[in-house]
Amino acid sequence: MKWARLFGIGFLIVVTFACVFANFVAPSYAHQFRDEPDAAPSRQHLLGTDDLGRDRFARVLYGTRVSLLLAPAAALVSSLLAVLIGGTAGFLGGWVERSVMAATDLFLSLPWLFLLITVRALLPLNVSPITSVAITFALLGCLGWAAAARVICADARSLAHSDFILLARASGSSGLRLLWRQVVPNLRPIVFAQFWISIPVFILTEANLGVLGLGVAEPLPSWGSLLRELQSYSAITGQPWQFVPLILFVVVVSCFHLVLLEQESPA
Amino acid sequence: MIATRHPLLSRLVRHAGRIALTVVLGGLLGATLVRLAPGFGVDEAELDSRLSSQSIAALRASQSGSDSVASFYWNYLSRLAHGDLGISRSLQQPVAELLRERTPGTAKSVALGLLLGWLLGLSLAVAVVMSRSWGVDLLASLLGGTLLCLPAAVLALLFLIARMPGRLVLALIVFPNIFRYTRNLLVRSAASPHVLTARAKGLGNFTVFFWHILRPAAPQLLALAGVSVSIAFTASIPVEALCDLPGLGQLAWKAALSRDLYLLVTLTMIVAVVTLGANSIADLLGHALSDHSSEVPA
Repeated sequence: MKWARLFGIGFLIVVTFACVFANFVAPSYAHQFRDEPDAAPSRQHLLGTDDLGRDRFARVLYGTRVSLLLAPAAALVSSLLAVLIGGTAGFLGGWVERSVMAATDLFLSLPWLFLLITVRALLPLNVSPITSVAITFALLGCLGWAAAARVICADARSLAHSDFILLARASGSSGLRLLWRQVVPNLRPIVFAQFWISIPVFILTEANLGVLGLGVAEPLPSWGSLLRELQSYSAITGQPWQFVPLILFVVVVSCFHLVLLEQESPA
Repeated sequence: MIATRHPLLSRLVRHAGRIALTVVLGGLLGATLVRLAPGFGVDEAELDSRLSSQSIAALRASQSGSDSVASFYWNYLSRLAHGDLGISRSLQQPVAELLRERTPGTAKSVALGLLLGWLLGLSLAVAVVMSRSWGVDLLASLLGGTLLCLPAAVLALLFLIARMPGRLVLALIVFPNIFRYTRNLLVRSAASPHVLTARAKGLGNFTVFFWHILRPAAPQLLALAGVSVSIAFTASIPVEALCDLPGLGQLAWKAALSRDLYLLVTLTMIVAVVTLGANSIADLLGHALSDHSSEVPA
């Protein structure tokens, strides 16, 4: 499965580059070509235009940029929270671990999307596009730590009982120093795996929120808002190029899974 | 003493305690969120220019409720104890009535989704393990992998375009999760040395599968069954909202769009208790099964 992993990494690098340099290869995502609404693909508009005359190729690139750059940022926040909560609980053990893990279990028992839209509804819905992006991904980062914290806690617990920690304790390392210098660096592989697992989950959740109108606000594109365009798709006046964002979405999320495939393999 | 004599009873009490704790803590958290949310006690009707200052004051008085979080929570709990779930601000209907109307729809969708999802996921996983063919494995994994990369909302839209029943989307959301874990679990179980011994002793495929592959994996499969309930409920929001299926998911979506926090928190709590209950049942059954298996002589 090495080739699949390499393909995943390669494709993600290419897409990320294309998105980061979107300004150079496509017009602005908000510019309206008023004479050409719902245009078919052409040399000028590679994927045609939407019903407001905006270049769909540009919107796909900018939308992918929003999701591809901010989902890892949200995953980073959730991973750091997971290390802080799960790592500390696992290292300290005893009643701290039991209490924190009980709270984590309770948090995990709340259905993810229900919890997310409840907290999202607490905040104003009619906000600027930039604020909506910040709110959406900050919520994902702040609420998505629980599953990772559980795994990290278990790892930190086994590390806390390992021989090298005993040796470090015997050498006079204090609790905090021990945690920071010995435990946290050894948690790195599991934290990285949890970080990577979170990215496609957050991308999928943002897409769900976007399609439901609770994600990133217009005119800023994101995968959620791009996929929402399928709502107006009519099989009779079929415009198959409207499915390009969906295909790109599936391939990108698959690539994130492919990168992890080798580690997940049961063999 | 009782715990050592009746481990199942002890587990039952522990699970009931956990559910009760979720209700109390979740209720407190929810009440705090509702009370401290920006705009609490404010109604859009206040923007109506035809209303006099007295009308606006009366409207505010009717919306404000209790001042502190503690008294708000206390009122919330005492109303809850009397079966009064309050009134939805956006739909102007008692929450209990809305739940009565919407619960059967969601229960039907979730039950159908779970049934079909499990049937498909388990059948394909069994086919992969029994056939031991890489072609079947590749095809099933590709199907599961692709569905795992599709958000429930998009699947619901695709079903709308294809004019297919939206309820089936839940099955396609549950299926890849079931397939992936079941496949991995069964493949690992099938590679155990005792399975090789059983085959070497000439036991038939059917016997080996049911007694030596599926049975050891049963407690974990039961745990997965509990988790799958949560997956189905989560997917019910986009599916019911986009396919216009009147259920709890659609209600939650409407409540979110109109910032009806009271309704939303109540819904989240109810769904949390249901999923927690499903997880507890799965856990208890899993433990009962493991205890029973350990009692059976090898």
